[in-house]
Amino acid sequence: MNIINIEHIAKIYQVGSEEVHALRDVSLKIDKNEYVAIMGPSGSGKSTLMNMLGCLDTPTKGIYDFKGNNVSQMNDNELAAIRNKEIGFVFQTFNLLARSNALHNVELPLIYAGVSSSERKERARLALEQVGLSDRIHHKPNELSGGQRQRVSIARALVTKPSIILADEPTGNLDTKTGEDIMALFNDIYELGNTIILVTHEEYIAEHAARIIRLRDGLIEKDEMVTKRYVPKKNGASKV
Amino acid sequence: MKKFLIEFPEILFIALRAMRANKLRSVLTTLGIIIGIVAVTTMSTAIVGLREAFISSISSFGSDVLYVDKFPWFAMGNWNQYRNRKDITFEQYEKLRSILKNYEAMAPSKSTFGAGVKRKDKSVQATLVFGTTEDYQKTGNVNPAEGRFLNDLDVKSGRRVCIVGKDIVDELFPRENPLNQYIKINNVPMQVIGVLEKQGSGMMGAFSLDGQVIMPLKTFETVISNRHQRLRIDIKIGDVSKLADAKEEIISAMRVIRKVPLNKPDDFAINQQEALKDMYDKTIGIVALAGIVITALSLFVGAIGIMNIMFVSVTERTREIGIRKAIGAKTWSILFQFLTEAAILCIMGGIIGLIISFPLSLVINQFLPTAMPLDIVFISLLISALVGVISGFLPAWKASKLNPVDSLRYE
Ligand SMILES: Nc1ncnc2c1ncn2[C@@H]1O[C@H](COP(=O)(O)OP(=O)(O)O)[C@@H](O)[C@H]1O
Ligand SMILES: [Mg+2]
Repeated sequence: MNIINIEHIAKIYQVGSEEVHALRDVSLKIDKNEYVAIMGPSGSGKSTLMNMLGCLDTPTKGIYDFKGNNVSQMNDNELAAIRNKEIGFVFQTFNLLARSNALHNVELPLIYAGVSSSERKERARLALEQVGLSDRIHHKPNELSGGQRQRVSIARALVTKPSIILADEPTGNLDTKTGEDIMALFNDIYELGNTIILVTHEEYIAEHAARIIRLRDGLIEKDEMVTKRYVPKKNGASKV
Repeated sequence: MKKFLIEFPEILFIALRAMRANKLRSVLTTLGIIIGIVAVTTMSTAIVGLREAFISSISSFGSDVLYVDKFPWFAMGNWNQYRNRKDITFEQYEKLRSILKNYEAMAPSKSTFGAGVKRKDKSVQATLVFGTTEDYQKTGNVNPAEGRFLNDLDVKSGRRVCIVGKDIVDELFPRENPLNQYIKINNVPMQVIGVLEKQGSGMMGAFSLDGQVIMPLKTFETVISNRHQRLRIDIKIGDVSKLADAKEEIISAMRVIRKVPLNKPDDFAINQQEALKDMYDKTIGIVALAGIVITALSLFVGAIGIMNIMFVSVTERTREIGIRKAIGAKTWSILFQFLTEAAILCIMGGIIGLIISFPLSLVINQFLPTAMPLDIVFISLLISALVGVISGFLPAWKASKLNPVDSLRYE
């Protein structure tokens, strides 16, 4: 069963009198428990596709079907509900609330899901444990290292048990060693049965995935399975 | 609803934290609301007090009493038409008394403002001096606390006796019993036969009933003025519901007595307390309304300050809004979050404003018989919350409509 099914999607931005075709004609399917990397040079439309897949934005043309729901037709609040329940975001710049500690940041999606305070705290603690941050739950983002911040945002993405995890250049702001640790964490999460879509422009990061989709100028250039996937050593993630 | 209850603590928490993070800014913004609330509450307290003072000062005019006078108390339009009217005379009073049937008391009266009252080396200025008859006790609703009121004999023979207000007694007889003692009014010796109970209508100093002197009509005419002076006939009907009928009856009787031709308008006027209130509300009421409107403007300025700072707050927190939306906050969550922040700012301003204006109302109370009405407290809190919601709405709406992709990109 496909989780994601997009057909002939286009996204056109109007910049002044000029039209920018960020995506021209993209079709793809993604199954449950896939590990997909989206690659391409800067400006090729990776982030635009990612926003579309993450229901942060709707396509100008084409159909986006998410688990049998036609996302292209949804209004803001319906999109918000899908994002809340079905999608976990991991951003390059972490996007944590600066004034909230790790626990509260991880709790946040559950607040909008209407989960009671006690259950929320319990689940947020578990998610932080899963990414190896049990001893940092009361720290604020500025008291954490880059790698730890990214772990908090991964915990936030995992806490709602979403259908897919979307990561846009998750290692882009990290040094190589820390980036590798984060990739190991993604691998653990993948092996636990999650679906991961990863955006990157670095070949060695993309090779962690099982499938690589290459974009160029808003079109899919290549969509292929990786023959010899790079599997990092077990890292922080324990059982779900 | 359940979702709302779960989210609300978060919303409240964020709002309070945002205010704590920007203490100085919050205080300065709130200042506008504080000033507005102080202005509106003290203004309305003063206005309510002014009206109370007025009502209590006209309470000597009974609500069931009609006053037949040469002029209406409040002449609208052309004063010329009243100028040539003939005085009401004592004979006309006597005729009216013999014609009219349904009344409780009827007293002719003449009055003047201010007269020198002396005793030995002490002297005081009486506020009001009345010359009247024994019926005035009922029409004027005056009760001697000590001694007695005028009687038939005092009036008929024009005895030099008087009933005085408490202020005059306090001034002239600090430690003595004033009854049956003599005082001099316009240098004529008069015997004090009664002292009125204290009225204590604070503000109307110059018109205070505690400074009045009442004497027989004839005595008044010799002691106070031998000039021809306006006579008024006060008629207590005893029942407010019969006021209209009684008025008709009095008008026709007076027309006959004063020989007004059929095709001519009345050459006298029937006044009543109600007219005073109406007049007050029409004139002072408009001034009061203008006062409220002008002070409300300061609240409006405060509201603009709130709106301004909320726009700044939304811009500063664009990224936070993007994050919240990305992980599932709905439009109303964001809208409500910023509305709550604005409302809390304003309610705090309202509370601080009330804390400031409460002692101010006690100061006003020194001059006017009033306290800050409880409903003003509630209304001003309600108004400040409302100001918050209204002035916060545009910024909050802007925040709630932000596109998550753009806001996440915002630096
Ligand atoms: N909000 C926007 N408005 C106008 N043009 C945009 C917007 N977002 C992206 N674009 C344009 O769309 C193209 C693809 O952008 P993006 O998806 O961010 O590429 P990538 O993530 O692969 O670097 C670029 O040419 C970019 O300038
Ligand atoms: Mg990008």
